[in-house]
Amino acid sequence: MDVPTKEERTAIRESVRQLCRDFPDPYWREVDKKELYPHAFVDALTKSGYLAALIPEEYGGAGLGITEASIILEEINRAGGNSTACHAQMYIMGTLLRHGSEEQKRRYLPGIARGDLRLQAFAITEPNAGSETTRIETRAVRNGDRYIVNGQKIFISRVKQSDLMLLLARTTPYDELQDKTRGLSAFIVDLRNVKGKLEVQPLDLMINHHTNTVFLEDVEIPAENLIGEEGMGFRYIIDGWNAERILIAAESVGDGRWFIERASKYASERVVFGRPIGVNQGIQFPIAEAYAHIEAADLMRYEAAAKFDRREKCGAEANMAKYLASEAAWEAANVCLNTFGGYGFARDYDVERKFRETRLLTTAPVSNNLVLAFLGQNVLGMPRSY
Amino acid sequence: MKILVCVKQVPAKDSPLRLTEDSTWIRDADLSYETNEPDAFALEEALRLKEKHGGEVVVASVGPARVQQAIREALSKGADRAIHIDDDSGSKLDSFFTAQLIAEAVRSEAFDLVLTGLQSDDLGFAQSGVILAELLGLPHATIIMEVEVIDGRLKVKRELEGGWFQWVEMPLPSLLTIQSGINKPRYATLKGIKAAKTKEIRRVTPAELGVKPDEAAARNQLRRIYVPVKTKKTEFIEGPPKEAAAKLVEKLQREARVL
Ligand SMILES: Cc1cc2nc3c(=O)[nH]c(=O)nc-3n(C[C@H](O)[C@H](O)[C@H](O)COP(=O)(O)OP(=O)(O)OC[C@H]3O[C@@H](n4cnc5c(N)ncnc54)[C@H](O)[C@@H]3O)c2cc1C
Repeated sequence: MDVPTKEERTAIRESVRQLCRDFPDPYWREVDKKELYPHAFVDALTKSGYLAALIPEEYGGAGLGITEASIILEEINRAGGNSTACHAQMYIMGTLLRHGSEEQKRRYLPGIARGDLRLQAFAITEPNAGSETTRIETRAVRNGDRYIVNGQKIFISRVKQSDLMLLLARTTPYDELQDKTRGLSAFIVDLRNVKGKLEVQPLDLMINHHTNTVFLEDVEIPAENLIGEEGMGFRYIIDGWNAERILIAAESVGDGRWFIERASKYASERVVFGRPIGVNQGIQFPIAEAYAHIEAADLMRYEAAAKFDRREKCGAEANMAKYLASEAAWEAANVCLNTFGGYGFARDYDVERKFRETRLLTTAPVSNNLVLAFLGQNVLGMPRSY
Repeated sequence: MKILVCVKQVPAKDSPLRLTEDSTWIRDADLSYETNEPDAFALEEALRLKEKHGGEVVVASVGPARVQQAIREALSKGADRAIHIDDDSGSKLDSFFTAQLIAEAVRSEAFDLVLTGLQSDDLGFAQSGVILAELLGLPHATIIMEVEVIDGRLKVKRELEGGWFQWVEMPLPSLLTIQSGINKPRYATLKGIKAAKTKEIRRVTPAELGVKPDEAAARNQLRRIYVPVKTKKTEFIEGPPKEAAAKLVEKLQREARVL
């Protein structure tokens, strides 16, 4: 892959920005309020090829790197939108690209690139395992040319808005394992044609993510849908974590910039006690501080992304970027809400919506405690908590 | 069909507009830029005509180095090549100068159709297109809302006042100034952005075209720009109620013009 030029990156940013202008605040407000899925937005994005950024050209994608993909998600959030409606495909693309067979890539990638096939769901989290992924219990047992899956997943987003779902399930019982990171396998589940019973129960959450509990009862998955080797699934998922963290960092930066922009504008315009509230340092400095934190986090995000795209080790940088950016976005969210006073709580100002949305990024898809644990244990060599 | 689209880069709509110290322009440093809206519609119309009738779409833009961004955007959307007339002086204010530059830059090429936006979002003269038509010796029509090419001739719909439209038949080659809303401009695709990298941008200067910026400056000078000052005046109308009421009605009609 030849490295995109600065101009190309600017062009990508500008084009996404232009596209987002056609989906202004009221669009996202309504999607949120009525708990809709932003179909029109996702369609526009897909048609213009943005969701196929990471898919290699030979499979019909744009063959770009994580830096460019992250710019796309950042701009969506920066424009006031919510990229979670469509980021999953980018999060999990690495697993399919690096570990999927040639046949699987030929089968799925061109359709995903064209927008005919939606790979928007991944099912990892379980009620009895939580952050300890190696403890998941959903069982996949091989039976001839297929696997039979039974179990339960929780917090699985966009199952109803996807054609394909990446599933992590246990193929060897935990007790039989020497290496506890083995024994899990990754599958592609074709949701258009489920054999067995896959029940999807929507969860009532603080944000509009179309998140569900999923019950799997004798769900049949053809063996050809196993990704890579049996028992190596957790490794494949971990492999995708750096990409995921960099993308979340970028989404956070986008949110942060949205909050800063809205807050500084409002602080300059809102007049109380005969002067704009922004002249008060109690209002002005927190905005400036949050701004500085966002910009600093952004540098770490680009450092991580550049290393990732050069195929260098970037675990430390990706985790730091995710941590710094999601915390900075949350700081900016609070600062923005403070600046708007009571109006910040009114839905018409969109601050409360973005506030709820950005809050997730410190917790999911991975909570910042686990990010710090990675830094403490894997980078700084301190004793493990797990 | 060989189509030329003239594209201008203008300050973005949400840019902060602050005046320079000497109040002769707005402060460039604060501005971000975007493609002039009607020009984006003109480009889209050109791309659609090319998709229907084949041919080539060429974009031309006058301005400093920054306008390459607008050019690249057009190339990403599907224009085939571009001409950048690199100028940072007279074209700012003088439509005649802008039109002259474009005319000289494209004179040697035989375009079947030239499209411009109706007017620019910043200065709004609506002149560059029609002057360009004159300089190239082409017939033109303005405020176009629909374009059809039938048997080598044009049939175009013009927007008039008060919800009226006019259909005009014209020969080719011609020049049309396009009204916003004629179509729905496409978004640049990721692949388009990648492909744009290898497309030709020919850069020319006013000197190379034999057009002198000084002449433009001599034709047109901007003395001062300012933000309109709001004033408030309270007037008491004296006299008996009947006369006062009559006076009030007259003022509302003649001065305030609200009746
Ligand atoms: C809106 C939403 C959408 C989601 N979408 C998906 C999806 O599509 N697919 C999917 O698979 N999952 C999804 N998730 C799940 C998400 O990834 C998990 O919620 C997250 O990984 C945390 O797991 P948990 O909720 O079980 O928390 P727990 O693991 O129970 O953790 C609770 C708290 O304890 C802390 N903690 C746990 N262990 C340690 C430790 N060793 N050291 C320090 N602190 C610790 C955690 O950091 C956290 O603060 C989604 C969640 C939400 C809220």
